[in-house]
Amino acid sequence: MRQFQYQRARTLDDATGLVSQDSTMAIAGGTNLLDLMKLQVETPGELADVNRIGFGEIEDTPEGGLRIGALATNTETAVHPRVRRDYPLLARAILAGATQQLRNKATTGGNLCQRTRCFYFMNIDQPCNKREPGSGCGAIDGVAKLHAVLGSSDQCIATYPGDMAVAMSALDAQVSIVSGDGGERSVPVREFHCLPGDTPWRDNVLEQGEIITAVTLPAPVMGGQLYRKVRERSSYAFALVSIAAVVELQHGKFTRADLAFGGLAHKPWHDPRIADALIGQAPSDDLYDTAADLLLEDAQGHGENEFKIPLARRTLHAVLKQAVEEAA
Amino acid sequence: MSAHLKQDKPDTANRLDQMKQGTIGQPITRVEGLAKVTGTAPYAAEYPVEGCVEGVLATATITRGQVVSVDRDSVMDMPGVIAVIEDPRMTTRAAQGTANEAPQQSPRTVCYWGQPVALVVAETFEQARDAAKHLRVEYREESDAPVDPQVVDAEEQEDETVRQGDLARAMSAAENAVDVTYTTKGHASAAMEPHAAIAQWDGRQLTVHASLQMLNYNITELADALDMEEDQVRIISRFVGGGFGSKLGLSEETVAAAIAAMELSRPVRVVLSRQQVFQCIMRRSETTQRLQLAADGEGRLAGFGHKALVSNLPGESFAEPVLQSSHFLYAAENRELMLEVARIHRMTAGSVRAPGEAVGMPTLEGAMDILAERAGIDPVELRLRNIPEEDPEEGLPFSSHKLAECLRQGADAFGWDAGPRKPRMTREGEWWIGTGMASAARVHNVGEAKARVTIKPDGTGLVETDMTDIGTGTYTILAQIAGEMLGLDPAQILVDLGDTQHPRGSGSGGSWGAASTGSAVYVACQALREEIANRVGIEETALDLADGRVIGGQTLVDLLGGKELAREGHYEPGAIAEDYTASGFGAFFAEVRVNHFTGETRVNRMLGAFGFGRVLNHKTARSQCLGGITWSIGAALTEALEFDPRTGHLVNCDLAEYHVPVHRDVPDVDVIMVEERDPVASPLQAKGIGELGMCGGAAAIGNAVYNACGARLFDYPMTPDRVLAAMPD
Repeated sequence: MRQFQYQRARTLDDATGLVSQDSTMAIAGGTNLLDLMKLQVETPGELADVNRIGFGEIEDTPEGGLRIGALATNTETAVHPRVRRDYPLLARAILAGATQQLRNKATTGGNLCQRTRCFYFMNIDQPCNKREPGSGCGAIDGVAKLHAVLGSSDQCIATYPGDMAVAMSALDAQVSIVSGDGGERSVPVREFHCLPGDTPWRDNVLEQGEIITAVTLPAPVMGGQLYRKVRERSSYAFALVSIAAVVELQHGKFTRADLAFGGLAHKPWHDPRIADALIGQAPSDDLYDTAADLLLEDAQGHGENEFKIPLARRTLHAVLKQAVEEAA
Repeated sequence: MSAHLKQDKPDTANRLDQMKQGTIGQPITRVEGLAKVTGTAPYAAEYPVEGCVEGVLATATITRGQVVSVDRDSVMDMPGVIAVIEDPRMTTRAAQGTANEAPQQSPRTVCYWGQPVALVVAETFEQARDAAKHLRVEYREESDAPVDPQVVDAEEQEDETVRQGDLARAMSAAENAVDVTYTTKGHASAAMEPHAAIAQWDGRQLTVHASLQMLNYNITELADALDMEEDQVRIISRFVGGGFGSKLGLSEETVAAAIAAMELSRPVRVVLSRQQVFQCIMRRSETTQRLQLAADGEGRLAGFGHKALVSNLPGESFAEPVLQSSHFLYAAENRELMLEVARIHRMTAGSVRAPGEAVGMPTLEGAMDILAERAGIDPVELRLRNIPEEDPEEGLPFSSHKLAECLRQGADAFGWDAGPRKPRMTREGEWWIGTGMASAARVHNVGEAKARVTIKPDGTGLVETDMTDIGTGTYTILAQIAGEMLGLDPAQILVDLGDTQHPRGSGSGGSWGAASTGSAVYVACQALREEIANRVGIEETALDLADGRVIGGQTLVDLLGGKELAREGHYEPGAIAEDYTASGFGAFFAEVRVNHFTGETRVNRMLGAFGFGRVLNHKTARSQCLGGITWSIGAALTEALEFDPRTGHLVNCDLAEYHVPVHRDVPDVDVIMVEERDPVASPLQAKGIGELGMCGGAAAIGNAVYNACGARLFDYPMTPDRVLAAMPD
């Protein structure tokens, strides 16, 4: 078999020490990594099991927010009373993904780091610049129905597949990251994932030797929260388009419109111009079209996935209409 | 001793209804169900075999060409590797159902991407898998292998062609004409249990635990592949974790395991990965279909045209029989039917879940909906007006025909709002709501089958045949048939299946297992009854058996006097097949909601009414109907094989990316079984059930999509992108 070493980290220091080795990958729930190892898409020399280093707690922050430990399972997060009360968008997004069995295993940190499900990435006998830099992109001119229409490059048109991070992007959460030298940094979820550019192998800003310890949600804000996931079947399918929205209206005008989009790009998509366009305005189809125009002005389809451009527009209309109705 | 029945004429004796045990038709729970849900029913790969080593198939990474060399040295030093098996007898495709001969054997000639080229054997599965990935194979690739059915010249299947009257004239003279072209995407045959085999060779006898649907054919196919005598080969398939056509014919892992076991003199297990099951077993062909309907002002058809293009590899005999029910479903004097095959280098196309009608009926019934709208007639009424008195092409009588009853009972139970219909009438929030209906039809097949039935000295029964139970309820219904005939509680009857040492059954496939092997059991039981009647000294027709005794007389135990009594039944379809057209019929009704913004379509409720002869077990029959309807939902909305346009390889090759319906996609489904007795179908008066539920149901959903939102789609499946593209503003 393809040999790999398995080591269990006992502490955070252990974990960062282990993953500072080039060929070592951290494993938590393993719901994505083990599949990829069986397919030999991922071939780590060592696995560092981080399940027992703590960081499974979900706790209030002094600022009134919520700190979700990197090892909290998706199920634990989705059913947490404060998540359900103050961040229902996050609970809905998590429950829109995968299956109960997978959510019982999948963790916050692992979910952020899950890899694309591009058919060509998943098949080692096909070209993929993400898996094998320089080998080409099989999806361009291939089967690309699920692929990106925003922010792609001529190297890669893969999408980020998750739901949880899309909600966290709308909520403007922060990712806490610790490195081997004890350094800590905090990265907004909105900046955690990368666009493919000329480095499509790079999914996110995590460096070798770094471990995610938590995701922190800011104090809850006023407004309604929605997560809309458009998919071919009603469960266990990746989003064609998804929208996470925190929307508030006062006196008939938008006062908040934090929107993030899944299924469109290599990362959860957030464009601050959309909030700028909506805030201070009264709801109308024309206004929604203006927002959609901003979202999609650089959108580029690849044959089969061109439908995502009008679909994103229509779904944005639906979500904003629903938000306005629920606010009324 | 054996008894033989070749059915040359209708069986109007209807003996089952004269029996006294009262078990036939009862909704008995599947007898093997508990073992399956508790994990104690062993599937092919699960038999503990001492010293068993593991084989993994290495597969081609080119579309067409020759294997120049297989570099054994590239893997022989890897941990645990025992051998690289490269043998000209290894097969590169699964056999077509009922082929009865070895499938293609040319491992050095590559015809599709993902084709097996060698087997790597190692001590553990993980070692073998890694070595198979690393095996260096040198190819001489032939470029420009066609993989798109639209770019090659297609071959006409002349046997399928029908030209009666003048369709073109009928079309131009028609008051209401419909001329539309549909496409359907390919469907996967993959089951939950992947293909697997454990082969053992003792120097004389080859024993293979395999996951196959039709052992009676598979043993011949395996012996042929290996150039052995059938009496040297034994195949065991006691439990099969789903078939769906993928296990009809002998598949690559079974041959490879057998060759490796003989070469290495060690037991060898070969299990296909999920991706390999998808990529190198069987696909249902994609289709392009033109439907032409020419009707008068009342919607009565004068012309009927159905032309289909399907695809397969060069050299494959199978062509998706799209027109199967189109030949007889509706009357029309002027008829043109034609089937063409494009030869392309995608994986093998073969029988998958209701081959033919599964894709032919949804297009035909979609076109009928358009006709109903053009003619201003209720869609149910349109079907009723076009039911033929006899097979419109052959002039043969129908064996039985319950389409009208199914349409009426189904419409009633569903609450069908009769009358001409208008789309876009009901909106609830973001959702358009609509209803649609379609007819169901699926040809009835039977095959030769044998079974041995024994009454043991203790009065219990034993049924033995190499018939398989692929999850449909065969174990249970065979016990019920024998129980009814012999006056035994089915719980007192052991049904022993899936072993080629038993008499040869029909195998499971084409919905024919129950009627075929069930008839063999019936014939054996009839012979046993004659012997019992003889011992009692009465005519067999006067013999009433129940609860282990002659009613008002001796027990079977006493009659047997300490000796067992056995008879083999041999059932053969006879000349009757030439004298009648036999088919199951039915009707589907669906209510759907279509999201105005996203194009997502979900089924709110669905009903199927079916007539398929005698119902042998109301519970397993209903489950079969529910399964079929679930596939209808998949065919309508989600299922699509996607092939790379350059290499022709199947890209969505697992159950995460090939979308079958999930629980949430399947609403409350109602099933009405219109009981009937079909004396032609079999001496049980039963017809096939399993596939009928997917033969037309997708059109009921598609027609409901149109009724809901006004989007008339001509491409299955109706995914959100397609619904949005067709949705009026």
